[in-house]
Amino acid sequence: MKDLVHITKRPERSALSSLGLIAAALGLAIVAGGVFIALMRQNPLEVYAAIIKGAFVGSKRDPFSAIKSTVILFVPLLIVSLGLSLAFKMRFWNIGGEGQMMFGAIFATFFALNYSHLPHIVLVLLMFAASVVGGGLWGLIPALFRVKWSVNETLFTLMMNYVALYTIEFLQAGPWKRTPGFASIGSFDANVQLAKVGGVHVGWILALVLVVIVTVYMSRAKQGYEIAVVGESKATAHYAGMNVKKIVLRTMFISGAICGIAGMVQIAGSDNTLSTGLTGNAGFSGITVAWLAQLNPFAVAVISALFSILEKGSKTIPVDVMSKEAANVLQGILLFFFLGAEFFRRYSIKINLPQKQVRHIQKEEEHADG
Amino acid sequence: MKTAIELQNITKRFGTVVANDNVNLNINFGEIVALLGENGSGKTTLMNILSGIYQPDGGAIFIRGEQAHIASPRDAQRLGIGMVHQHFKLVDVFTAYENIILGMPRVKGESPAECRARIENLREEYRLTLSLDKRVHDMSVSEKQTVEIIKLLYRGADVLVLDEPTAVLTPQEVGHLFAMLSRMKKSGRAVVIITHKLYEVLSISDRVAVLRRGQCVAEAVTAQTDSRELTNLMVGRPVELKIERPDTRKAPNVLALTGVSVKNSDGGNALKDVSFSLCGGEILGVAGVAGSGQKELCEVIAGLVPAETGAILYRGRNIIGNSPAEIIKKGISMSFIPEDRLGMGLVASMDLTHNMLLKSYRSGKLPLLAKAPAKALATELVDRLKISTPGVAAPVRQLSGGNVQKVLLGREISAQPQVLITAYPVRGLDIHSSFTIYALLNEQKKNGVAVLFVGEDLDVLLELSDRILVLCQGEVMGIVSAKDATKEQLGLLMTGGKEGA
Repeated sequence: MKDLVHITKRPERSALSSLGLIAAALGLAIVAGGVFIALMRQNPLEVYAAIIKGAFVGSKRDPFSAIKSTVILFVPLLIVSLGLSLAFKMRFWNIGGEGQMMFGAIFATFFALNYSHLPHIVLVLLMFAASVVGGGLWGLIPALFRVKWSVNETLFTLMMNYVALYTIEFLQAGPWKRTPGFASIGSFDANVQLAKVGGVHVGWILALVLVVIVTVYMSRAKQGYEIAVVGESKATAHYAGMNVKKIVLRTMFISGAICGIAGMVQIAGSDNTLSTGLTGNAGFSGITVAWLAQLNPFAVAVISALFSILEKGSKTIPVDVMSKEAANVLQGILLFFFLGAEFFRRYSIKINLPQKQVRHIQKEEEHADG
Repeated sequence: MKTAIELQNITKRFGTVVANDNVNLNINFGEIVALLGENGSGKTTLMNILSGIYQPDGGAIFIRGEQAHIASPRDAQRLGIGMVHQHFKLVDVFTAYENIILGMPRVKGESPAECRARIENLREEYRLTLSLDKRVHDMSVSEKQTVEIIKLLYRGADVLVLDEPTAVLTPQEVGHLFAMLSRMKKSGRAVVIITHKLYEVLSISDRVAVLRRGQCVAEAVTAQTDSRELTNLMVGRPVELKIERPDTRKAPNVLALTGVSVKNSDGGNALKDVSFSLCGGEILGVAGVAGSGQKELCEVIAGLVPAETGAILYRGRNIIGNSPAEIIKKGISMSFIPEDRLGMGLVASMDLTHNMLLKSYRSGKLPLLAKAPAKALATELVDRLKISTPGVAAPVRQLSGGNVQKVLLGREISAQPQVLITAYPVRGLDIHSSFTIYALLNEQKKNGVAVLFVGEDLDVLLELSDRILVLCQGEVMGIVSAKDATKEQLGLLMTGGKEGA
């Protein structure tokens, strides 16, 4: 008696085969999403058209407004995903992208509030440096506990998100409260605003530059090599004379710092204030993005773009067509298929038909032959 | 003789690997069958199918003439089949008695005392020495094995399968085990031993089945075959079985250890007051029962584990307490081939080039890697050591064991070490690869390198080494000249009998 469903590890797929798999996943995702939309008594084609339109087609007054908003979602997501990729490459489960983003933003806000009189470029550079330090420190703390006392980093980084969140709430309600009556920091000085290039704040250029830098760092630099070795096997790293603790601390600082930069870019480029909603969940979505992209920075850029399109597009589906919750479910369905593709990249499934049926089929074939 | 087991056309695949390919095998009651084959030839897989751990993809199993479907180890037990695995399946904190009765329902109307008496009877019947109240974690490997065997007998097994039962035993213990297996045979049980050692096959088995790459290539009556024929069958081509021991000029005291002690994680002594010196141009073998401190000895020299006391002198400079990084910084050229090749010596998911970088990635002042020399080295090694690989860009985990070892040893040797420490360098390798490794070690010896060779096969140690250091429970029991030593002498030292005693 054989198992009906037999799952086995398959040989590694070629790049082309992987691409085909992703295309298949996309096709299936569209079909399954369509079924869901049909169940909601809507026309799937119309809804998909609405998503694409929502992500790309703007208003008559500003035909590029939709694309601009999509890019604004794309920038922080891309930067955070890059930062997380570094940690994941080291097999360090940094679930704290949210908090690191927030702390980068908090440190940058200090300069935005207190040094807004400085020349714009000096101020922006100061804020940038501050966000690197802020995010980096927020990443360093769990790493320190990890190497000193083997504290599980997954929970630690996750909890640090909430500490960061409440720190912002505290600052809004206390020391940095600028608006009488309710807890808010208010808008930054106009001098803080990042310059626009092509209609969107300059952060998108920074994000693309970071893609190149992280690529070089991960695949060409000695430090990137160390990260890969530590990720694969700490015993090997130790054997090769690497200082594993130092590498873990350094990498988590860099990972956090990059997430911090995302926070700074978001508040200075888009939000123009410091608030708890600044991350837009990028710290969590970034985890999915990084793994879907298999920690390849260029793939991270592509997947972040797809995520942002989906996010922006499904946000603009009119509520009478589809509720916000239903749009979220649709997003979930699409994601599910992409994650499923990852499974089929490594495993194959064989279905064993019950013996009777097989014999039946064989008989039919014999008949056909005869 | 009554047929106990009949395996017909057993096939088992793991992904694209065919572990068993239409294997046929008969096992009779009252005989000992040896299942001979190199590592990875499918011996263990076949027996795991028989004991219900794996399900075959094709073929049929007949037990006492009736077709059986063995879906789980419990089914196998019900059918009277029992297996002693290479890694024992015992609960460490339980006593022998508790392990033996574990998972078995109490026989109705039998008091615990009667149950105990039943076990004692089995123990006496097969003349096994074991205290039923000893806890497993206090036992020697040989005692644990005895518990496993009694456990099977208690469960009513009349077909016993032992997977590489001698791998962890001293020559004396092997003698006891074989005597006991003979008694099993006389009492009418069927015994299968899985092994890759020829002398075991010849000394104990009645019949032998040779597996090669998943196929059963021969079945023979042991008395009608010899070691040469069996080796050729096992390897698939004629092999020269002579290990050389070239004479070299010795440069004294390249590496010297004095009074080195290392604690293990439980706070006990993994190494106790170890002293010896290693000359350039010699191979110093290290023998001992598994877990006698061999791993710690290698790792303390390589700077991977801290020492409690003592000194490790490399050409007179004390390097004890230095990390691998510090040893490299001091310009000391030492290479270490660890036991765990893919988990420590290499990065499994990386390609050959990136694995070469492990040793050399620091070179150059730029923060960027110099990949070109590493790639050149990888290409050269593939060529020189005849490493079979799809290319230098293939991950090393896709390589076979022998090729993995060539990559590792090749990289370490290319660094032109003064000291070469090797832990079980031929474990898991086929005969051909093993001889390639011996030749490489001899080449290093001729170049004046001081070689430490931790081995498990005493025959190999005796042929290859100049001197042999014997460890027992972390202590040096003696250092003997390999030319004059015998296996029995080594065996005695391995179990703690001091030299000359």
